[in-house]
Amino acid sequence: MVTKAPALSDGPIISVKGLTRTFNDFLALRGIDIDIGAGEKVAVLGPNGAGKTTLLKVLSSAITSSSGEVTIRSTRLKDKDPEVRRYIGVVSHQTFLYQELTAYENFTFYCRMYDVSDREERIREIIDRIGMMPRLHDRVSNLSRGMQQRLSIGRALLHRPEILLLDEPDTGLDWHALSSLWDIINREDGINRTILFTTHNLSRACTLSNRVVIMNKGKIVHDIAGSGLDAGNIEEIYSRLTGGIE
Amino acid sequence: MNYFRKVSAIVWKDALSEMRTREIVFSVLVFALLVLVIFNFAFGADETAMNSIAPGILWVTFAFAGVLSLNRSFVQEKENGCFEALTLCPVGRDAIYVGKMLSSLVFMIIIEIITLPVYSFLFNLNVLSFEIIIITLLATIGFAAVGTLFSALAVNTRVREMVLPILFLPVVVPLLICAVNASGDALAGESWGDLFSWLMLIIAYDVVFVVASYLVFEHALEE
Repeated sequence: MVTKAPALSDGPIISVKGLTRTFNDFLALRGIDIDIGAGEKVAVLGPNGAGKTTLLKVLSSAITSSSGEVTIRSTRLKDKDPEVRRYIGVVSHQTFLYQELTAYENFTFYCRMYDVSDREERIREIIDRIGMMPRLHDRVSNLSRGMQQRLSIGRALLHRPEILLLDEPDTGLDWHALSSLWDIINREDGINRTILFTTHNLSRACTLSNRVVIMNKGKIVHDIAGSGLDAGNIEEIYSRLTGGIE
Repeated sequence: MNYFRKVSAIVWKDALSEMRTREIVFSVLVFALLVLVIFNFAFGADETAMNSIAPGILWVTFAFAGVLSLNRSFVQEKENGCFEALTLCPVGRDAIYVGKMLSSLVFMIIIEIITLPVYSFLFNLNVLSFEIIIITLLATIGFAAVGTLFSALAVNTRVREMVLPILFLPVVVPLLICAVNASGDALAGESWGDLFSWLMLIIAYDVVFVVASYLVFEHALEE
């Protein structure tokens, strides 16, 4: 059963219609339909292999879809992806950081790639917010996994994206660190960001999001928003639809 | 302008990484110098044989050193998903190609600048001539252009160190043949007129393969 989230009054910032993606013979996404409004915080849950990461990769334009249509800010992703990418920040399983460069050099490089005009101020602002100022000129390879994850989140925010796609952003972070970073992600620059994130932690999903999507076997099997976001309720639905909690 | 700013950012990042690790230039340079020394010991006594195979030795050294260098170029990008991050930037895949190609070109030219005087000393040949420099530069452009494309293709495979030379060397053989012949003529003291046909072939190869690689690169990145 698929419970549809409420209709979006301002029109979706992300619109996905009939999205499929195959890898050789394996159908990773099977006809995904979802509209996400500006400012929504959407948690994507699902067991391993459900298609969560693939969905985020298609939305970020890291990979193309096999069929279907993805529209970001009314622009079809296939038409103008280089420009659309300007509105998207991505945090992945991997840090996207060059190990042999310092945090500052990594951020400088990505600022240049995203045409960030106030580069110096922006780098210092973000580094300060994520609490990494004392390690600004340390090589990334000398930083702990948690610190690298902080930098990874900072890197995704550098160009002030309206949309954030976070694939298990809690990797290497304790709950306290994630909560403080979440606050930065949400409020930074006064942008009411649209956030789509995957996680295996159901209670975290309910705390951080205002909409929960459950995926299984490449399909969205449940989509619930607002008052229905109760961890116990979600856990029961998740177990019923996916066969249990991992 | 914006396009070139991004291309230069990629080259700047690669140069900075290389200055930190010295992975490409240092290891490839050691390899190139070892190859020259081995060939020098193998053929050193026979001056006639040496003169006829010297251009071949030069380009065998450059070719294998170039393959080693190209192998590393995208491996660094692959670590920690940096290559994926590059493709997520608001920049066309063609700019990524041009940036990576220029980086490879610069690294290969640095290796050649150091290798050529050593080659000249070991084989007692005057390679520091204008003709040899032009031939080397033109052939290296084609080499880096095709090599960058195949390097991007090979990096997604498990046995990338083997895949790159298997895919790449057959495609670059025409360029190497032209470069060996042009270098041979130049070392024999032939005039520009005699070199002209080989140089034109090298330039034609460069134009065709730079354009083709530039156009095909986007598709090479698709998983």
